[in-house]
Amino acid sequence: MKKLLILGAGTAGTMMSAKLRRKLDPEEWSITVVDQDNEHIYQPGLLFIPFGTYRRRDVIKPRSRYIPAGVQLIQTEIERIAPDENQVRLTDGTALDYDFLIIATGSQIVPTETEGMTGPGWFKNTFDFYTLDGAMALYDALDRFKGGRLVLNTVEMPIKCPVAPLEFAFLADWYFTERGMRDKVEIVYATPLDGAFTKPKASAMLGGLMDEKDIQVVPNWNTGEVDGEKRVLSTWDGQEMNYDLLVTVPTNMGSDVVERSEIGDEGNWVATDKHTLQSKVAENIFVIGDATDLPSSKAGSVAHFEGEVLEENLLRAIEGRDLLPEFDGHANCFVETGFGKAVLIDFNYDTEPLPGRFPLPALGPLTLLEESEMNHWGKLAFKWVYWNLLLKGEEIPLAEARMSMAGKWR
Amino acid sequence: MTTLANAQLDADGFLTNAEDWTPELAEEFAREAEIELTDRHWEVIDFCRRDFAEKGTAPTVRRITKVGGIPTKEMYQLFPGGPGILAARISGLPKPKGCI
Ligand SMILES: Cc1cc2nc3c(=O)[nH]c(=O)nc-3n(C[C@H](O)[C@H](O)[C@H](O)COP(=O)(O)OP(=O)(O)OC[C@H]3O[C@@H](n4cnc5c(N)ncnc54)[C@H](O)[C@@H]3O)c2cc1C
Repeated sequence: MKKLLILGAGTAGTMMSAKLRRKLDPEEWSITVVDQDNEHIYQPGLLFIPFGTYRRRDVIKPRSRYIPAGVQLIQTEIERIAPDENQVRLTDGTALDYDFLIIATGSQIVPTETEGMTGPGWFKNTFDFYTLDGAMALYDALDRFKGGRLVLNTVEMPIKCPVAPLEFAFLADWYFTERGMRDKVEIVYATPLDGAFTKPKASAMLGGLMDEKDIQVVPNWNTGEVDGEKRVLSTWDGQEMNYDLLVTVPTNMGSDVVERSEIGDEGNWVATDKHTLQSKVAENIFVIGDATDLPSSKAGSVAHFEGEVLEENLLRAIEGRDLLPEFDGHANCFVETGFGKAVLIDFNYDTEPLPGRFPLPALGPLTLLEESEMNHWGKLAFKWVYWNLLLKGEEIPLAEARMSMAGKWR
Repeated sequence: MTTLANAQLDADGFLTNAEDWTPELAEEFAREAEIELTDRHWEVIDFCRRDFAEKGTAPTVRRITKVGGIPTKEMYQLFPGGPGILAARISGLPKPKGCI
């Protein structure tokens, strides 16, 4: 019996287990997936928890429910990958051999990378919304907030879902408006980027929206320290900013297991071929999702597009055929802009987000790089798509692996 | 010899070809950024060039700190404003990719 081992049962690992169980003969291939717990969190939903739109039960389901029959799920922390021995060790001492390995261990926030962040202000005046605990605690903090300066800060790039901080700012603007206290709240977005976003056209469009909504963007802000007692955020070169409530997107890094296995770079991202998704560690190791060091966005939509390429290439590698350099960096994201609207952006390695219309069979086109209510419904529908199509490795009507120029205006 | 006057630069003012780089050019780039190069700067430049030769991309500040051993705070003192970008430019490397 040959063995396929998948590390991580999040978005990408779960999806790949479903796709490959359909393709690999069960008589010939066993598939095993390892994750440290049994709580699958729908991470895009975390954005909505601080504002009370979603509750805990809306975003969390047992991982086991989404692992298909014929795939073994092991719930234990992974200790180390040993590529030279084709073996993975778990913290309980188990050793798992593999013929092929898929690393899908994702990314995590590491607030301890910033001096003072987890000090006296942590979960009192400083919160993240990238974890369920953080998002839940932030719900209470916003509820209690009487007004003052809300600072939203991205500590350093890359982060998963790079539009999430902008969405948080837009939703906060809407939330305080609904509560009749927008005039008492100053919203500031301090970012290490030189504008609201990286890609020029999207940055200009989203930056314009920030202006309209009276959200102040502070660019080139490189956070070095948080003083939770004095409520001061400061940069490496000594600039300071006061806050009443700090909503932080701390440093994002790959999983600790990557560091322990010495197969990653300084951010614990695994070196991966950007077109084939084969790791640069060993020929029988592939990498997908947030765990890679690709210059693409870290997003669920990207994991989905990568999935089609990885499925093809893993099957080719098994048969000893050449890999296809098919992945083009394709990403698409709905960006919530508040008041029941959203913007859709669609881009890849070479093409930045452009305005236009996104062709969608049956429902009609979605507006690209322009606010609309339809896009907001698209964002909310993504939750259903995630649990029912994406995790099961099914086709998604919106989405083909390669980006298309149809409907885009140059 | 390549000098700032005849160097091939890209739209962002970075050297198009890292092999054209010379220590003199580094001095010129530094002068433009109002930085006077000390031994410590040269340690950073040497690391950046070695790392680029190995990896093919300009190192991030995180990498210069973790692998090159120069503390982040010091990087901001050595290259005020934008240590990642300035160190890359002075070292004759392409602009670090702003990942998204
Ligand atoms: C607030 C927020 C909003 C977002 N919004 C969007 C959006 O609107 N659209 C979008 O497309 N994407 C969005 N994303 C990003 C998206 O959720 C991620 O990109 C996606 O989940 C990545 O999938 P993955 O499989 O690579 O990682 P994950 O889904 O995070 O899975 C990694 C898994 O590996 C496991 N693991 C790691 N290390 C170990 C170990 N040592 N032992 C055992 N198990 C381990 C973890 O427990 C985890 O289950 C958002 C993310 C956040 C945080």
